[in-house]
Amino acid sequence: MNDTQYNYKVVRQFAVMTVVWGIVGMLVGVLIAAQLAWPALNFDIPWLTYGRLRPLHTNAVIFAFGGSALFATSYYAVQRTSHARLFGGPLAAFTFWGWQAVILLAAVTLPLGYNTSKEYAELEWPIDILIAVVWVSYAIVFFGTIAKRKVKHIYVANWFFGAYILTIAILHIINSAEVPAGMLKSYSAYAGVQDAMVQWWYGHNAVGFFLTAGFLGMMYYFIPKQAGRPVYSYRLSIVHFWALIFTYMWAGPHHLHYTALPDWAQSIGMVFSLILLAPSWGGMINGIMTLSGAWHKLRTDPILKFLIVSLSFYGMSTFEGPMMSIKTVNALSHYTDWTIGHVHSGALGWVAMISIGSLYYLLPRLFGRTEMYSVKAITLHFWITTIGIVLYIASMWIAGVMQGLMWRAVNEDGTLTYTFVESVKATYPYYVIRLAGGALVFSGMLVMAWNMVKTITAGKSVEGEIPPVAAGSGLDAPAHA
Amino acid sequence: MSDFVDGFWSLYVAGITLVSIVACALLLTMQHKKRPAGEAVGTTGHQWDEDLAEYNNPLPKWWMWLFWITIVFGLLYLVLYPGMGTFKGVLGWSSVGQYQAEQASADTTYGPVFRKYASMDIEAIARDPQAKVMGERMFLTYCSQCHQSDARGATHFPNLADNDWLWGGDPQAILATIMQGRNGLMPPMGAAVGGPEGVKEVANYVLSLSGATHDAKLAAAGKAKFAACAACHGPEAKGNTALGAPNLTDKIWLHGGSLAAISEQIDKGRSNLMPAHKDFLGPERSRIIAAYVWGLTAPPAAAK
Repeated sequence: MNDTQYNYKVVRQFAVMTVVWGIVGMLVGVLIAAQLAWPALNFDIPWLTYGRLRPLHTNAVIFAFGGSALFATSYYAVQRTSHARLFGGPLAAFTFWGWQAVILLAAVTLPLGYNTSKEYAELEWPIDILIAVVWVSYAIVFFGTIAKRKVKHIYVANWFFGAYILTIAILHIINSAEVPAGMLKSYSAYAGVQDAMVQWWYGHNAVGFFLTAGFLGMMYYFIPKQAGRPVYSYRLSIVHFWALIFTYMWAGPHHLHYTALPDWAQSIGMVFSLILLAPSWGGMINGIMTLSGAWHKLRTDPILKFLIVSLSFYGMSTFEGPMMSIKTVNALSHYTDWTIGHVHSGALGWVAMISIGSLYYLLPRLFGRTEMYSVKAITLHFWITTIGIVLYIASMWIAGVMQGLMWRAVNEDGTLTYTFVESVKATYPYYVIRLAGGALVFSGMLVMAWNMVKTITAGKSVEGEIPPVAAGSGLDAPAHA
Repeated sequence: MSDFVDGFWSLYVAGITLVSIVACALLLTMQHKKRPAGEAVGTTGHQWDEDLAEYNNPLPKWWMWLFWITIVFGLLYLVLYPGMGTFKGVLGWSSVGQYQAEQASADTTYGPVFRKYASMDIEAIARDPQAKVMGERMFLTYCSQCHQSDARGATHFPNLADNDWLWGGDPQAILATIMQGRNGLMPPMGAAVGGPEGVKEVANYVLSLSGATHDAKLAAAGKAKFAACAACHGPEAKGNTALGAPNLTDKIWLHGGSLAAISEQIDKGRSNLMPAHKDFLGPERSRIIAAYVWGLTAPPAAAK
C-alpha cells in the first residue's frame, strides 16, 4: 500500500467477478431463450417467468458482466498509462463492493417483480441512488488518477473511459428521476412521449457510451499491448472520438420511429444514426490497422483472435445499426427478432469478445504469471464463442426478416395473410438454433472459468511496480513532441 | 414542437443540430492532411506504460469519403424532411400525411370488396363464401387474442362457438356487441347478501342451480338471499341478455365455476369489458365479422 505500486487488488476483484457474472448472466439468457422455444420451462413459477428473467439477463450481462469488465480494465489501464496508483485510497474498494451490492439487489428484486418498466433502467429508486453514489465514486477515482498522472499526455484509452464514466453519470441520474411511492415503487418524473424519449435518449446512449465508448477504451489499451505495435493513427483517434461524442447523443429517437414522437425528433434520430457510421468505423480501423505489420500473430495468438474478431463484429453491427435506423428499413425490422440479432452481434460479438480477450491478457499479469494456465483452452473458447455468435445472429436475422414480411403481407381484400401466432410458429426453428448458439457461448464461459481457476491456483496475487516514465513523455515534456 | 410554446426552442434545437453536424465537418477538414510522398510515418513521440505509442497515420481516404457522404446526406435530409425545429421540410412530408395517404390508397384498392356488404343482410353475408373466408381471417386477426382461434374463448372471455349468449345471439345483437363493445358489470354483492357468511350460502345455492356439488344446508339458506341477485339474473336464475347477466343454471362459467371463484364474484363483483370496434373496423368489416361469428352456431337452415 504505497505509491510505488499499482492497486491491482481492485482490478483482480473486478476481473474475477467479470467471469462469474458472465456465467450467471449468460445462463439466464440461455434459460429464457429456451423458454421462447418451450414456454413450459418457466415451470409456472412466477420468479422464473420470461418477463422477470429478461431484465435480469440484460442487467446481468450489461452491468454485472460488462460493468465489472469495464471497472477492471479501466482501473488497470488508467493506472498503467498514468504511471500512478489509483486515486482515493479506499474509494476504489468501495466501488467494488458497492457495485457488487447493486448486482445482488438486482438479482433479488427483478425476479420478485420489482421493476420501474424503463428498459435497461429497471431497478427501483433505492438501488438507483446506490448506483449514482458508486458511479460518482468511480468518477472521482478515475479522474483523480488522471489528475495525478506522471505522463504529460492523456492516453487515448483514457479519453474513451473518461467519456463513458462522465456520460453514464449524467444519463443515469436524469433518466432515473422518479417520484418514490413506497420503498420499492416509484413513478417516472416524465410523462407520455417525453418519458419515452428520455428513456431512449438514455437507452441508446447506454449502448453508445457504456457498450461502445467504454469498450473502445479497452480496445485502445489491450490491442496495442497484445500486438506489441503502436496505435495506427493518433489523428484518426481524435476525429472519431470527437465525432462519436457529437453524434451519439442524438441517435436515441430511432427507437421511436413511427410513434407519437414528433416527426422532427424522429428525423434527427435517423440523420445522426447515419452520420455515426464513419465515426464508429474509425475505431474499428484504428484497432485492426494497429496489427498491420504483425498480421502473422493472428495465426498463433488466440487472445489477438478474440480482440480482432470483436472489432469485426463491432464494424458489422455499427453498419447494421445505421441501416436499421433508416425509417423505411425500420418499418420492416422494428419489433422483430432482427433487433435482438443486432443487439447480440454487438453484445456478444463486440462487448463480450473484447472483454474476454482483455481478461486473458489481464488475468495472468494479476496473478504473477506470463500467460493463462492453458493457451489451448483460449483457442477452444474462441472457436466455441465465434460459432455460437454466428448461429445466434444468423438465426435472428432470418427470423426477423421473416416476421417483418409475414406481418405486412396482405391478401387481395386487404386482410392480413398471417395471424400473429402463425409468425410465432414459423419462428420456432430459429428460436431453437438461437438457443444452440447461446448455449455454445455460455459453455465457452465455463471453459474460461476453468482456465481462470487453474491460472489463479497456479499463481499468486501480485502488485505491479510503477515503472519510470519514458524519456520525453514526463510532465516536463514539451507541449508537442 | 407543440410542447415548446416559445419559438426560441425551435431555433435552439435546430441550432445545436446544425452545430453538431458542422463540428463533424470541421473536424474532418482540420485533421485532413496528405502524407508527403515518400515520407515515412512516425509516432507522435508520446510514450506510456513502457511500450504504448501512437503512429500518426493520415485518415484513410475512403473513410473520409464515407464520412462526407453521410454528412451531406444528413444535411440534405434535413432540408427535405422535417427536422430543423418547426421547419416542415421542402417536401412537406409528415408521418400523419403518409398515414392518411396510405389509408386513402388502401380504401381505393380494397374498399370496393367491402362496399357490397354494407347493405347486405347479415344472414345473407353468412351465406356468402367469399365473406366467410374474409370473416374468418379478420376474426383471427382482431378477435382471436381474447376469444381464441377456435372462438371458444377462455376464462373471462366468452365462448362464441356455443349457443349461450350473454348479450343475445341474433345477428343484430352480435353486430352491436362488435361495434359498441360491452361492459359486463356486476356490483359487489357481499354486503347485500349479508357478509361473508351470506356469500358462502348464496354461492352454494348458485352451485346447486346447475347440479354441481354443494352443501345443501348452506344452499337452502342462500336461496332466500338470492332475491338480491334476481333483479338481474331473474328469479329462476336464467339470466337476462338485455343486461348481459349470465344464466347461472347451465354449467357454463365465464369467470370460473369453483366455490371460491363464485364466492369472489359475489363478494367483489366484476367489470368485464369488451372494447368497441366501431371506429377501428368500421361498419362493413364489423358486419362481415358479425356474420362469421353468427354463422359459427346459427341453425344449419338459417346459415345455408
